Amino acid sequence: MNAIYDTVDVAGRNLRTLVRTPQALVFAAVQPVIFVLLFRYVFGGAIHVTGVNYVDYLMPGIFAQAVAFGAIGTAVGLSADLKSGLLVRFRTLPMARIAVLGGRTLADLARNLLVVIVMVGVGFAVGFRTSHGAAALVAALGLVVLFAYALSWLFAALGLRFSEPEAAQAAAVPIMFLLVFTSSAFVPAGSMPGWLQAIGSHQPVNALITAERDLLLGGPAAHDVLVSVAWSVGILIVFAALAARGYARMGR
Amino acid sequence: MNENAQVIEVEGLRKSFGEFTAVDGLSLQVPEGTVLGLLGPNGAGKTTTVSILSTALRPDGGRATVCGFDVVSSAKRVRELIGFAGQFAAVDPNLTGRENLTLIGRLSRVARGEAKSRAAELLTDFGLVTAADRLVRTYSGGMRRRLDLAAALLHYPPVLFLDEPTAGLDPESRLGLWSSIRDLARQGTTVLLTTQYLDEADALADEIVIINSGKAVDSGTPAQLKARFGTVVFTLGFATQPDAARAEQILKAAGHQPDLEGGGGERDIMIRSGSGSGEVATILRALDGRVPDPVTVAVQEPTLDDVFLSRTGGGTP
Repeated sequence: MNAIYDTVDVAGRNLRTLVRTPQALVFAAVQPVIFVLLFRYVFGGAIHVTGVNYVDYLMPGIFAQAVAFGAIGTAVGLSADLKSGLLVRFRTLPMARIAVLGGRTLADLARNLLVVIVMVGVGFAVGFRTSHGAAALVAALGLVVLFAYALSWLFAALGLRFSEPEAAQAAAVPIMFLLVFTSSAFVPAGSMPGWLQAIGSHQPVNALITAERDLLLGGPAAHDVLVSVAWSVGILIVFAALAARGYARMGR
Repeated sequence: MNENAQVIEVEGLRKSFGEFTAVDGLSLQVPEGTVLGLLGPNGAGKTTTVSILSTALRPDGGRATVCGFDVVSSAKRVRELIGFAGQFAAVDPNLTGRENLTLIGRLSRVARGEAKSRAAELLTDFGLVTAADRLVRTYSGGMRRRLDLAAALLHYPPVLFLDEPTAGLDPESRLGLWSSIRDLARQGTTVLLTTQYLDEADALADEIVIINSGKAVDSGTPAQLKARFGTVVFTLGFATQPDAARAEQILKAAGHQPDLEGGGGERDIMIRSGSGSGEVATILRALDGRVPDPVTVAVQEPTLDDVFLSRTGGGTP
């Protein structure tokens, strides 16, 4: 019971902090909006995807990109707590150990839900439509949020290794850029060189986007959804364990 | 001293970081309701020691207990009994003072309602009432430190660890924090604090342990240590050179060690004393009525440098 109370208390603290550091919120919510506008109206005209409106092709990529970039904030935030000495203080309190990471990732989950809802609104505003019903949309967004939650554990594990927030950011950004831009988020993988396609089609961001498109654009979804869920659950298990171990070992 | 009355017991404590040995077989004891000052220069192992005692770090060897509970095997129990304020004010800059205290209170297992009222009480005690609902990022260094100390007290811990509680503070904030720490000690809290400053240990500690390179090199009450190592330097400035010369003769006859040359000017006398700043009274009494009163009196207390130089055989400057 205490573990749950502590987790909620820490999550509440992180959400308050998020609201009060507008630059973090702006990065999380405004940056994907800029991507939408950029690809919908600037580059979109030059990108042709057979059989679909580009905006319908783009939005599943944007949902994934928004939470992927936003997850970097987890690493930066934890690293800032490490630097300020707050994590050392937490270690000396009779609180549940798991609450520090559990609270952080719970707050990120709330942030990601908000970001995804905002992005759906933005998508509809720029002409995104799905003809496969609300259930498919909810399922697709569920996949996005599950992936986002797994990612925040990955970046929690990373953030604990850096006592300088800038260093944590420098380590996290390239990982996300690589995963997002080698995926088919913005352009069909068919336009990339073969070796890049090989990399791009076997990674979690691409798996997520593929599953989303199956659900939203129509297609045999079961297999791709399973692949995406498997990636997310796998990342979650591995990195939750690594993050928990990293936190426990801080005192060694 | 009764064995049971030792609230903090440390025996042969060791901790290394790679090649660097931070704590090297340290032993010490702190009786209930007393203040122990762990005094040493940067890198002496002070922070590592309090981090181990407050369960933030695991020792490599040796044993430490707080109220009889082992800091490793009964860490959870120890955490309920201690308050810890680290070297850097570990409070969230994006929460208000009140929110910080309430959060730490909740995480210290204080019920929500009680955490709130206790936070309000501590904000009053530490002079932060008017700033209570401002974000901590707008606080001065002194205010952050006071809040940090308050955050260690939410659950009325009987044992308090303070790591360089006044490092980097202005003199006024420093005195304010000293008086808060004294109040806590008076109420029966057992305190272990680290400091680089002899005057701070002197002002607060019942017993001082001097550490260097992770080892205890000496211990005793502040008075004992100062008498053993410290040299207080008095400088008396007189209005005229003949007054100064006359004063020098009187003080020599009275058994002090005046030095007219060492005073730097022709009208200043420097007096070294091994018996502490109290000697100024006997010096002034010896002179009273026999020469015109000195126009300036300066007292330079022994510094940690003096103590260390003495301890390592380098002598005092």
